Amino acid sequence: MIYKGTKRGLLGAILIAVIVSFFSAHFNRYYQGVAIDVAINIVLAVSLNLINGYTGQFSLGHAGFMAVGGYIAAKLTLVFGATCAPWAQPLVFFAALVAGGLVAAMAGLAVGVPSLRLRGDYLAIVTLGFGEIIRVVFQNSETFGAATGLFGIPKWTTLAWSFGAAAITVYVVTCLVNSTYGRGFLAVHDDEIAAGAMGVNPTRYKVTAFVIGAFFAGVAGGLYAHLKTTLVPTGFDFMKSIDIVVMVILGGMGNTLGVILAAIILTLLPEVLRVVADYRMIIYALLIIALMLLRPQGLFSVRRKKGASK
Amino acid sequence: MDWIQQLVNGLALGSIYALIALGYTMVYGVLRFINFAHADVLMLGAYAAFFIAPLSAKFFGAESLFGALAVVFVAAAICALIGILIELLAYRPLRERPKLTVLITAIGVSLFIEYVCQHEKVFGAATRSFPTLIPKHDIIVAGVHLSSNDLIVLVLTGVLLFVLWFIVQKTKMGMALRALSFNPQAAALMGVSVNRIISFTFGIGSALAAVAGIFYSMRAPGIDPLMGVQPGLRAFVAAVLGGIGNLPGAALGGIVLGLLETVAGGMPGVSNYRDGIAFAILILILLFRPSGLLGKTTVEKV
Repeated sequence: MIYKGTKRGLLGAILIAVIVSFFSAHFNRYYQGVAIDVAINIVLAVSLNLINGYTGQFSLGHAGFMAVGGYIAAKLTLVFGATCAPWAQPLVFFAALVAGGLVAAMAGLAVGVPSLRLRGDYLAIVTLGFGEIIRVVFQNSETFGAATGLFGIPKWTTLAWSFGAAAITVYVVTCLVNSTYGRGFLAVHDDEIAAGAMGVNPTRYKVTAFVIGAFFAGVAGGLYAHLKTTLVPTGFDFMKSIDIVVMVILGGMGNTLGVILAAIILTLLPEVLRVVADYRMIIYALLIIALMLLRPQGLFSVRRKKGASK
Repeated sequence: MDWIQQLVNGLALGSIYALIALGYTMVYGVLRFINFAHADVLMLGAYAAFFIAPLSAKFFGAESLFGALAVVFVAAAICALIGILIELLAYRPLRERPKLTVLITAIGVSLFIEYVCQHEKVFGAATRSFPTLIPKHDIIVAGVHLSSNDLIVLVLTGVLLFVLWFIVQKTKMGMALRALSFNPQAAALMGVSVNRIISFTFGIGSALAAVAGIFYSMRAPGIDPLMGVQPGLRAFVAAVLGGIGNLPGAALGGIVLGLLETVAGGMPGVSNYRDGIAFAILILILLFRPSGLLGKTTVEKV
């Protein structure tokens, strides 16, 4: 498939986000918050889909990368944001988001390199462990507020920023996996040994996937920090990673459109289930089990042309 | 003489990890997946003991040895049933599916148990204090203070390890279990009833987890529905450390991890990072010796 007009789609999406955001003062704050949550979750799920779906590496540490990006971005805006002129604020925010993403990408490199020797559930556990280590480090670091976390982060995340980031993430991941280079991700997913024999370097693709995925998770973390205005280390625990993984699975591994839909549904679901608040997490857990028993390939997955995936 | 105290403390913590790790490694041996819900069975074991303790106090008198043993035994039996039930309902329908599907289901089961137990009509999310099963004494040997609970944990773990060794090595069921983890197809062809052995494995593993849960609660300030998560993760690390699928390895890994953690917890500066230590060890192990301390290296063939 050649994605014609992807670029136009990207620009269109960002434009719409900016225009809508322009009128955001008229919207209900609650709905606006939920909408931004949706966008952040799209960034997280689509970037994790690159690692878990397209490349077939099961990562349970996405919240760790998100934490790295969130903390770095928040710290930067706390240091530089207060003193800068109002017109420079978007620049500082942008720089902070990118910096958070880059540091998260470095963390992705640090996880990707050792993990290339592992696969399947071992990899899942190592990434889980890595996410926990990141959390413990932040929890003990005075610079980042230790156990109490960071407070008073400026509330800069708007509809435009979050949906802009979501559009860019979708654009980058879609273009990447559909490029000549990107075929390698699918090859590694389908059969690592065969891919290696064909001259595709599996190690390199796995690490690339981790680095790019971690970058966007970091950006999402930055957006999240500037939406909630507070960061506590416990917000990035194992459960958050599971949430993102469930989005990817529900959408169908390696299916960007499905994953976007799943991110939307799973963000809205808890809000809808607020009526039955006591039972909503139980329902959520049952949903995971039922999904695995009945439709493990995901709700929206379409079979790829050549045979079934793993 | 402080270090002897630390040593005994570390050994006791290590034996708890060992008991949990055995459950992980046994299930991994036969089904090749990580049973995430194992940590929650541990928690259920602690709660079972919490509710049985007053009953047993009526029959045997409070804080008596028989009473304590009865509590442990009944809790273990209940958890064995729960373990078998989890396998039957959640994992058995997925037997032939990709391992990742089963892994995610296991995470789902774990979340399910945790959230159901946190519900106010079940156990509630609040921490409850665990009843004293056996009065705690400090035994002083040559100037060293040893907690009687630690010693009981050590002795009982030793007994349980021996029983497990006997079952696995000397009984017909154990032989079938070993055959199954060696080669499931061949074992099935030789007349091993695969389903029965798998249920048996879950039963034993869960019973051990229940005992470990009770031991853990005896040391912990209280019990809550999420209490299993941390010891569960560490015990899993212990299982990998010893070589997953390897029973003596799991016991060894648990004890090594318990000792390391106790030592690290006593060191100033490092103690804050206690939660991270297990995972740092895990990552190092997987990098340098992925098959664990006692595991065999396997080469993947095309």
